[in-house]
Amino acid sequence: MPLVLTEEQSMLRDSARGLISDKAPVSHLRSLRDSKDETGFSRELWKAFAEMGFSGLLVPENFGGSGLGCVEAGVVMEEIGRTLMPSPFLSTAVLAVSALSRGGSDAQKSAHLPKIADGSLLAALAIDEGAKHRPLQINLQAVRSGNGFKLNGAKALVVDGHTADLLIVAARTGGAAGERDGLTLFLVDPKAKGIAIERTAMVDAHNAARIEFSNVEVNADQVLGEVDQGGALLEGVLNIGRGAVASEMVGLSEEVFGRTVTYLKERKQFGKLIGEFQALQHRASQLYIDIEITRAAVLKALQTLDGDFEHAGAAVAVAKARAGTTATLAVQEGVQMHGGMGMTDQFDIGFFMKRARVCQELFGDSNYHADQLARMKGY
Amino acid sequence: MSDLETFRRETRAWLEANCPPEMRRPMTSESDTYWGGRNAKFSSEPQRIWFERMRDRGWTVPDWPKEYGGGGLEPAEHKVLREEMAAMGARSPLPSFGIWMLGPALLKYGTEAQKKEHLPKIAAGLIRWCQGYSEPNAGSDLASLQTRADSDGDDYIINGQKIWTSYANYADWIFCLVRTDPTAKKHDGISFILFDMASKGVSTKPILLISGYSPFCETFFDNVRVPKSHVVGQVNRGWDVAKYLLQHERAMISGTGERGVGRPLGQVAADSVGSDDSGRLDDAMLRSQVAAFDIDEAAFAAVAERAIDLAKAGQSHPAFSSAMKYYGTELNKRRHEILMSAGGIDALEWESERSRGGARPRAWLRTKANSIEGGTSEVMLGIVAKRILDLPGA
Repeated sequence: MPLVLTEEQSMLRDSARGLISDKAPVSHLRSLRDSKDETGFSRELWKAFAEMGFSGLLVPENFGGSGLGCVEAGVVMEEIGRTLMPSPFLSTAVLAVSALSRGGSDAQKSAHLPKIADGSLLAALAIDEGAKHRPLQINLQAVRSGNGFKLNGAKALVVDGHTADLLIVAARTGGAAGERDGLTLFLVDPKAKGIAIERTAMVDAHNAARIEFSNVEVNADQVLGEVDQGGALLEGVLNIGRGAVASEMVGLSEEVFGRTVTYLKERKQFGKLIGEFQALQHRASQLYIDIEITRAAVLKALQTLDGDFEHAGAAVAVAKARAGTTATLAVQEGVQMHGGMGMTDQFDIGFFMKRARVCQELFGDSNYHADQLARMKGY
Repeated sequence: MSDLETFRRETRAWLEANCPPEMRRPMTSESDTYWGGRNAKFSSEPQRIWFERMRDRGWTVPDWPKEYGGGGLEPAEHKVLREEMAAMGARSPLPSFGIWMLGPALLKYGTEAQKKEHLPKIAAGLIRWCQGYSEPNAGSDLASLQTRADSDGDDYIINGQKIWTSYANYADWIFCLVRTDPTAKKHDGISFILFDMASKGVSTKPILLISGYSPFCETFFDNVRVPKSHVVGQVNRGWDVAKYLLQHERAMISGTGERGVGRPLGQVAADSVGSDDSGRLDDAMLRSQVAAFDIDEAAFAAVAERAIDLAKAGQSHPAFSSAMKYYGTELNKRRHEILMSAGGIDALEWESERSRGGARPRAWLRTKANSIEGGTSEVMLGIVAKRILDLPGA
C-alpha cells in the first residue's frame, strides 16, 4: 500500500481541519483553562464531532459507526494535535471503541458502541498505576466474589476519567505483577459504590483523573473478553492508542515548527531577520527532516495496524518512540527560537510544550518503546 | 487477483528460479561487486550468471524504456521487484554510476542520438562511467569550477583538474562539468559533457584514503579534444543537468548502508559483548544506542518508501533528496560507530585474516565520506533551508 493518504483520507483530513481550526483553535483550550471549566472540553463540540461521524469513526457499521481504520483515526488525531483541542476523541472514540469492538460480546457492543457513535456516551480506559507506563505491572486486584469480582486498587492518568459514563479497567485476576497472564478488563460504572474519582488538573490543561477502587463489586458479565487473558487484548488496544497519540504528536510538531519558521522570517535582530543566521537555519532544517521521517514512520504504523494487526508491535514502537523524541525536540526548539516570547503564557507556544510532555508519557515514552523494540529484536 | 499481484507472484517465482544462492548473501568484499565496463571481469560464475540473466530481462535498469535496454516496468512494478529482491537478499546485478546518475540525466536532457548511443551500453554493463564534478577549489562551492572547455571548430579543448573522481582509474567514460563561458556568472557558463577516458591527454592518480583504500582519484585533462556533439543539454546550461543528476546521486547515497541485509545490529553486538540472563545485551548503554539506531533506521526506511510513493503521486519536493541524503548518511555513520563500539578490541585489527583484512574499521572509516561526497551535510541542510523552508538569505 502506498505510504500516502488516499483521496478519501485527504478529504477526511480537510473536513476535520476545517471544523477543528474553526471551532477549537488554541484559544479554545486557553479559555477552558482560564475559566477552570468543569468538564474541561466542549460538549457542544463533541456533539459536532458525532454529527460529522468522528466519534463513531472506528465503530463498526452494524453498530452505528463508519467502520474506518487506524489511519483515519490518526488523521483526526493529527488535526487535534495542531490546535491542542481537548476532546474525548482519544479516550472514547479510539481507546474505548477499540477495546469494546475487539474484546466485547455482542451484548456489550450493542449496549455501548451505538451510544458512543451518536455522542451520548463517554468512556475512559484505566491502566496506569505507577509513575511510568508499565502495563504488565498492573496490580489493581480483582478477586472473585459471589457471581462476580471485587476490585481494590488505584489508577492514575485516566484520560477523561472525570467525565466518563463508562470505565474500562485493567485489573489483575491472577498471576503476579510483571506477568502477562492474569490480566482482565472490566466494564465498570463510575457511579458504582466504592469508586472515588479525583479530577487531576494537568500541566497541559487537558483532562485526566486518579481513581480509587475500594471493594467495588462487578458482575461476571462486566468482564470484557476472557478472564486472565486480557493481556493480549489490552496490548492491542494500547497499540492503537499509541498510534493515535503518535499522530497527535506529528500534528503538534508540525504546527510548532510552522509557527517557529514563520517567526524566523519576521523577527529581526542585529539588523537581520534571525532566519538568515545559519545556526538557526541548520537546526530548522534538521527539525523539518525529523518531522518528515516521523510522519512516515507513524503512517507506516497506522497502516500496519489496519493491515496486519498482530504484527504491528514493532512498527508501533518505532512510531511512538520517534514521535516522542521529535515532538520533544520540536517544542524545545520552538520555545528557544521564540526567545523570551516563547517563555510567556500569553504566547501559545508553551501550550504545545506542555502537551508534548503529556503525550510522551501516554502509553509509554520513547525509552519504554526503545526497550520494547530491543526485546522484540532479541537483544 | 490484480495485475500487480500477478506480477509479484511471477517475479518472485522468476527470482527464485534464477538468482543463484551465492548472490543472495550479503556482500563481504569489493570483489563481490560487478561494476561492468570494458575491462570488467566476473569474480565468480554465479556473479556472471546472475548479471546476464538480469541483463537479458532488462532488469539491470528495470524502469528504463525497453528501447534503451531497460525493462520498461511501471513505477509500481519496479517497487514490487525491489521488494521481492530485498526479501530474498538478492544483490544488485550491476551497481553503476551510469545507472544511478547519468542515465536519469540523459533520459531527461539527452538527444535521441545520445540516448541511443549511451543508454543501452550502460544497461548492458559495457561501459563504466565516472563523474567529473569536484575540483581542488570547487568542493561544496561546486559552481566555482575552473576546468575549461575552449571552442575549436566542431570540438572543445578541455584543460583542468578534477578531484574525488570515484573509480576514475577503472572508468571508460566520464560525465564532466566544464566551463564553456568564463565571462558569464559562475552558474551560467558551465556545460555538461561526455568523453572517453581513453582520450589523449586524460590521466588519473588514485588518492590513498584513511581507510587504506583508494576509491577516489585526481583526474587531469591536458588539451583533451571532445566533439561539441557530446554536450548534454544546452551549452552553458550544464548546471541544470548537474543539479538534476545530483538529486539522483543524493538519493543513491542516502540509501548507502546495509539496511535489512545480514544480521540485525543488536545481534551483531551481542556476538561480541554477550547477553545477560534475560537475553539483553550485556552493555546497557550500547543497548540503548542500538535501540535508538534501530528506531531511526526503521523510520528512515519508511520515509524512503514514502518519498517514492509521493513522487509517484506527484507530491514530492524536488529538494527532498537533500533531506534524505543528509539523514541517510548520518545514520550510516552512526551504524558504523556502533559496530566499532560493539567490536571493541577485535574491531581494531587492520590486516589479519581473522579480521578479514580489517574489514570493519576500514568500512567504518569509509562511511566518514558519506556526509561529504555528493554535497556535505551542511550543504544539504542549507538547501533544505533555502528551497523547502524558504528561509531568508539562505
